[in-house]
Amino acid sequence: MITITVIDRENVPHALETPIDMGLNLMELCKSYDLPVLGTCGGMALCASCHVYVRSAHTLHPPTDDELNMLDSAFFVQENSRLGCQIKINNPDLDGLEVELAPE
Amino acid sequence: MQNTIETDILIIGAGPVGLFTVFEAGLLKMRCHLMDALPQPGGQLTEIYPKKPIYDIPGYPSVLAGDLVQNLLKQIEPFGPGFTMGERAETLEKQADGKFLVTGSRGTKHITSTVFIAGGLGSFEPRKPPIANIEQYEEHGVEYFVRDPEMYRGKKVVIAGGGDSALDWTIFLAELTQELTLVHRRTEFRGALDSVEKVMELAEKGKIKLVTNAQVIGLQGDKALEGVSIQHDTEGDIHIAADHFIPLFGLTPKLGPIADWGLQIQNGAVEVNTLDYSTNVPGIYAIGDINTYPGKLKLILCGFHEATLACQSAFKYIYPDKKLSFKYTTVTGIEGLPAPVV
Repeated sequence: MITITVIDRENVPHALETPIDMGLNLMELCKSYDLPVLGTCGGMALCASCHVYVRSAHTLHPPTDDELNMLDSAFFVQENSRLGCQIKINNPDLDGLEVELAPE
Repeated sequence: MQNTIETDILIIGAGPVGLFTVFEAGLLKMRCHLMDALPQPGGQLTEIYPKKPIYDIPGYPSVLAGDLVQNLLKQIEPFGPGFTMGERAETLEKQADGKFLVTGSRGTKHITSTVFIAGGLGSFEPRKPPIANIEQYEEHGVEYFVRDPEMYRGKKVVIAGGGDSALDWTIFLAELTQELTLVHRRTEFRGALDSVEKVMELAEKGKIKLVTNAQVIGLQGDKALEGVSIQHDTEGDIHIAADHFIPLFGLTPKLGPIADWGLQIQNGAVEVNTLDYSTNVPGIYAIGDINTYPGKLKLILCGFHEATLACQSAFKYIYPDKKLSFKYTTVTGIEGLPAPVV
């Protein structure tokens, strides 16, 4: 198990414990803890409703073209923007990752 | 006056589950009419991922989303469904005779005995940039689609976005407009390469103004739009005169007017009874991704099942005195419905 901290839109941090061998992504993890992440498209990088800012210094795998395309038409995008659905939780190095939910 | 469409089942949402409803209803000799905000059937399969394979449709090891829609359209052909496409279901009123009157966003009226909401993620609507007063200028200079290019002739126009539609319309409208500015948040464009090259060429020749690393953050004008404020990453704010602002940031699904139809809604989904996928309003059913119940899975195959059971229930609702005998298509074959009398 690792712990990922998600800061919600009211600036409240939530420490989420998660296994790394279940094929979860960050959007699914947030939903399983009932955080306000819609995940409308189901994880296809097609809606940006799981847009997050990565606040810790973790190195994540680089975004795919699909993810960059979607971020291109999303709003409130910053340098550290990612789509939660594209962040696979499959690696013990992600322990301590801190992300913040982008505005809706 | 427009003709009113009459049907047994009005299906709101022409995605896979809505389409398959026509088949199951047709077996029970019930006539269906489909309505969708998108111009073509297939819902998100057609709109978002037509070329993506789906692996969990029983009997198909793999099927492209677009092909599944084509197959469903072929499967329901014998039952001659009607279509109201490119029109969002706007209002629902219960009539004195117990039927429902559903009016679309362009005024098309439908009288129906039952309503099947198969709206999936909701209706696809343009993604609106987060500018505080943007709605005040809708119809007064802000357009999310280019419907009639001629209205931009000789005008000052600002387009925002970095995808194909922003590039394509920039190229097309460059000739018509008095002044055209394209605003994009980044330096790179992710649209088709030749479109990107054309836009760069237009900018070099001074036919358009290209403002990158910037976003539109404000709109001004007394009643109609008169100008936009652009925030540049390094150069501060820019104000330019504009008669029109066209933000092109793609489509996003919204539950839309269905939310105001008196249905029980939980987290953006319509609550149903799993006995027959009926809602809290008798005669209205919700099937597919738009409904919710304990154990709900948003899968096309689950939507097919829900549609099938809901059709049985709708039959009993429409014909309380008729006996419903269950038949296998393998035994009875498919008997189409006669063309509707117009």
